[in-house]
Amino acid sequence: MLNDMIKTDILVIGAGPTGLFTVFEAGLLKLKCHLIDSLPMPGGQCSEIYPKKPIYDIPSHPEILAGDLIKKLEKQIEPFQPKYTLGESAVSIEKTKDDHFIVTTDLGTRHMAPVVAIAGGLGSFEPRKPPLDRLTHFEDNGVNYIIKNPELYKNKKIVIAGGGDSALDWTIFLEGIGAFVTLIHRRSEFRGALDSVDKVQKLKNKGRIQLITPAEVISLKGEDKLSSIVIDHDGNQFSIECSYFIPLFGLTPKLGPIANWGLEIEKNAIKVDNTLDYQTNIPGIYAIGDVNTYPGKLKLILCGFHEATLMCQSAFKRIYPDKRNVLKYTTVSGVNGFDGSKKEAVKSIIKSID
Amino acid sequence: MSLDITIHLIDRKGISHKLIAPTDIQMNLMEICKSYELPVEGTCGGMAMCASCQCYVESDHILAERSDEEDAMLSEAFHVKKNSRLGCQIQIRSEIDGLKVRLAPDK
Repeated sequence: MLNDMIKTDILVIGAGPTGLFTVFEAGLLKLKCHLIDSLPMPGGQCSEIYPKKPIYDIPSHPEILAGDLIKKLEKQIEPFQPKYTLGESAVSIEKTKDDHFIVTTDLGTRHMAPVVAIAGGLGSFEPRKPPLDRLTHFEDNGVNYIIKNPELYKNKKIVIAGGGDSALDWTIFLEGIGAFVTLIHRRSEFRGALDSVDKVQKLKNKGRIQLITPAEVISLKGEDKLSSIVIDHDGNQFSIECSYFIPLFGLTPKLGPIANWGLEIEKNAIKVDNTLDYQTNIPGIYAIGDVNTYPGKLKLILCGFHEATLMCQSAFKRIYPDKRNVLKYTTVSGVNGFDGSKKEAVKSIIKSID
Repeated sequence: MSLDITIHLIDRKGISHKLIAPTDIQMNLMEICKSYELPVEGTCGGMAMCASCQCYVESDHILAERSDEEDAMLSEAFHVKKNSRLGCQIQIRSEIDGLKVRLAPDK
């Protein structure tokens, strides 16, 4: 049973900037990390909400785009070979007899580690659901928020609602594989990459897709499965036959199941000991970055980096209580990657001048 | 002259709060709400990218017009009305003294 489990030293929940930097600090102490994130890519909010926004308070970066910060962090931690479980959220935690933790995701992936570091930001990202009657009834019976298996939509009538990149991108993609797509948005302006907007315009001009703006879906019809939707198009209401309705209104973070792990929670954040190591009320479980709270807490990326660093030192002591450990400077010791790579300062040349 | 203004805010339970807001430290309405620990998430930190601070303006104050970004976000938010605004885009200025706003539903 233990064989089908992912094993690591520090199990990091959340692959945002704080979670990613944890890999580096842990790596310097020769501790391995595995990261779980509900998003399909690392970066958390920096990737999902504001990749193109500049950040000005990362030390030594006068200005850096959030997306670029993530790319640089990924590069920095590469030698320490982080492993990922992406697109899954951590739902439950249990403790083993020998003081390890087993964390299971919504898809049943199991992870075991002596230390768990929750770097979950504001929580795991969930789709924003439109306030429509019987919406939950039709979920997985015609209403999908995430496109997992595109083949499902081939030769089907589908309605996509939304005005951002994902609505545009999926319209283009699903039309391409033979779905009959109707795209609905509350106004005629779309917020997306110029290239995607152009492509959708062309598809509309060629009559390959139906575009209805300004319009809004107001109700869902059908017995067990969705059969049609009613839309309001500038005051006129009419129904459209469809097998699938895909609302794409972005994602919103929710603390979710972590709130029920027995951790002390205050104002939607996890209370930690900030005088020492950002440990929670459960020894071995730490919380770092935006997800934690303590007197004077500031939700800043740079604070998350600091918290991750102290947490790793404490994790080391927990995993190797008898090993001596002194802080090593990367300038002196270099970076010895788990992949055999070695980065170090160039030796200075000592040579006499006659 | 006082640099503080008053904002009347009605929360999602219908309870009215009198908020005293400073005009001299570049705050916006979302930040004032958070400083009063009102249930405004402010997920995106004020970039007009999450709509968790959506509110309805119920007094006839004339506010700065919506930016394209605010317009775009509101076009994807829920429970949007003609008087919807994002709190993070409402700067605390002396002109809006006495403003009355109601928080939009968060579900």
